[in-house]
Amino acid sequence: MAPDPFYVRRLKPETDDTFTLALQPADGPSKFNFEPGQFNMVYVFGVGEIPISISGDPGDSKLLFHTTREVGLVTRAMRQLKPNDLVGLRGPFGTFWPVEDAEGKDVVIVAGGIGLAPLRPALYRILSRRDRYGRVVLLYGTRTPADILYRHELEQWRSRFDLEVYATVDRAMSGWRGNVGVVTTLIPRAPFDPRNTVAYVCGPEVMMRFTTQELQKRGVNKDAIFISMERNMKCAVGFCGRCQFGPTFVCKDGPVFRFDKVEDWLMKWEI
Amino acid sequence: MKTKSLEELIAEAAFFKDLDPSYRQMLAGCGTNVVYKPGEFIFREGDESRQFYLIRTGSVALEINLPGKGAMIIQTLNEGEVLGWSCLIPPYRKHFDGRSVKQTRAIAFDGACIGKKCEEDAKLGYEFFRRFAGIMAQRLSATRLQLLDVYAKP
Ligand SMILES: Cc1cc2nc3c(=O)[nH]c(=O)nc-3n(C[C@H](O)[C@H](O)[C@H](O)COP(=O)(O)OP(=O)(O)OC[C@H]3O[C@@H](n4cnc5c(N)ncnc54)[C@H](O)[C@@H]3O)c2cc1C
Ligand code: FES
Repeated sequence: MAPDPFYVRRLKPETDDTFTLALQPADGPSKFNFEPGQFNMVYVFGVGEIPISISGDPGDSKLLFHTTREVGLVTRAMRQLKPNDLVGLRGPFGTFWPVEDAEGKDVVIVAGGIGLAPLRPALYRILSRRDRYGRVVLLYGTRTPADILYRHELEQWRSRFDLEVYATVDRAMSGWRGNVGVVTTLIPRAPFDPRNTVAYVCGPEVMMRFTTQELQKRGVNKDAIFISMERNMKCAVGFCGRCQFGPTFVCKDGPVFRFDKVEDWLMKWEI
Repeated sequence: MKTKSLEELIAEAAFFKDLDPSYRQMLAGCGTNVVYKPGEFIFREGDESRQFYLIRTGSVALEINLPGKGAMIIQTLNEGEVLGWSCLIPPYRKHFDGRSVKQTRAIAFDGACIGKKCEEDAKLGYEFFRRFAGIMAQRLSATRLQLLDVYAKP
């Protein structure tokens, strides 16, 4: 599957090391449909191709957004892109957050760090049909106040009466008026009915382990918890085996998995 | 509007959930209502530790001073949470500064009074320290995750 050319329309710095790219198809259909939680293979010409989740609104298909953290070769090159530069794109790939199945229930979204990016489309979708859900709660943890993504949008969400937003940081200097403590500490006091709740979790793997445990302690069933996994990828269509995770391939069976289906593998190191 | 008695306030807190009402009454005898303004220190590192607190509303930041860097917040505690355990454990000294972030209403319990009641009634002592151990375990687990620094740059 050859990549389609996309124009970079904007590059917005989010924090010190993360930025959001707005892309537009260079030819072919002007729209790009995807489901919340899916990812694209983004190809920076001459450098390499990497999986990046789609972070924009699935209801607004004209521009395609990817929020990326600069960690190495390709992400560094992505950050150097300028408006009207071209990138290659394959996708969308993978499973998605089953937001339709959560209708009638409370929804708890637990995000850690850059993990908010693949969850943001789920929140957009839920908010566009807000009356179909019970309580909607976003619990977001980052390293420091400076690492908070989508700060302006978080403030807007926080001012809504139909959405509960709790943010916390792992460390902060005195003067910070927000919460300090890991994201799991928000779970015991978040307002939701654990027996009628669906939880979506995305962040570093260790954070997801602690979070799934805390959600279960609160009374959320394993089959109502969904997590998004990351593995290095190459083909993204289930051929090469690069992204193997236990008996599954993250590119095709994931990245979004129901927790009880992958629990045994998540709790093992180096799988 | 009728103001709630200390015993009623204690009954609402998760920490004292399912505790025998007669014990709640005993513990209420060791408590007083307190209010702190935003930014006010509730206690300072090194202070003799006489009281622990159940936060009714507001939030409290536990801070530690880093020479040359200023005060760093270790943890924030919120409504329904307890802090100030050092009043129950020798050498009875505060390990951190406790600063009210927003206007904070709390019940301050006298550590010596609680300690005495727990010694006199072993069942109360067990119930009290069982809850205490549960919270310690939860905080230890959270601290371990915090130490892992999972969001650090790879
Ligand atoms: C399904 C899926 C969705 C993803 N969505 C996003 C997204 O929305 N935003 C985003 O920023 N990233 C996302 N990633 C991760 C992203 O693909 C990697 O960060 C990227 O491949 C790194 O490429 P690089 O060439 O810049 O780094 P490399 O040069 O390959 O690696 C540099 C350093 O980063 C480390 N590293 C590589 N990948 C990861 C990783 N996934 N997590 C932590 N450390 C890593 C390496 O071990 C190495 O130390 C996703 C990954 C998957 C599988
Ligand atoms: S990336 Fe090739 S099988 Fe998943």
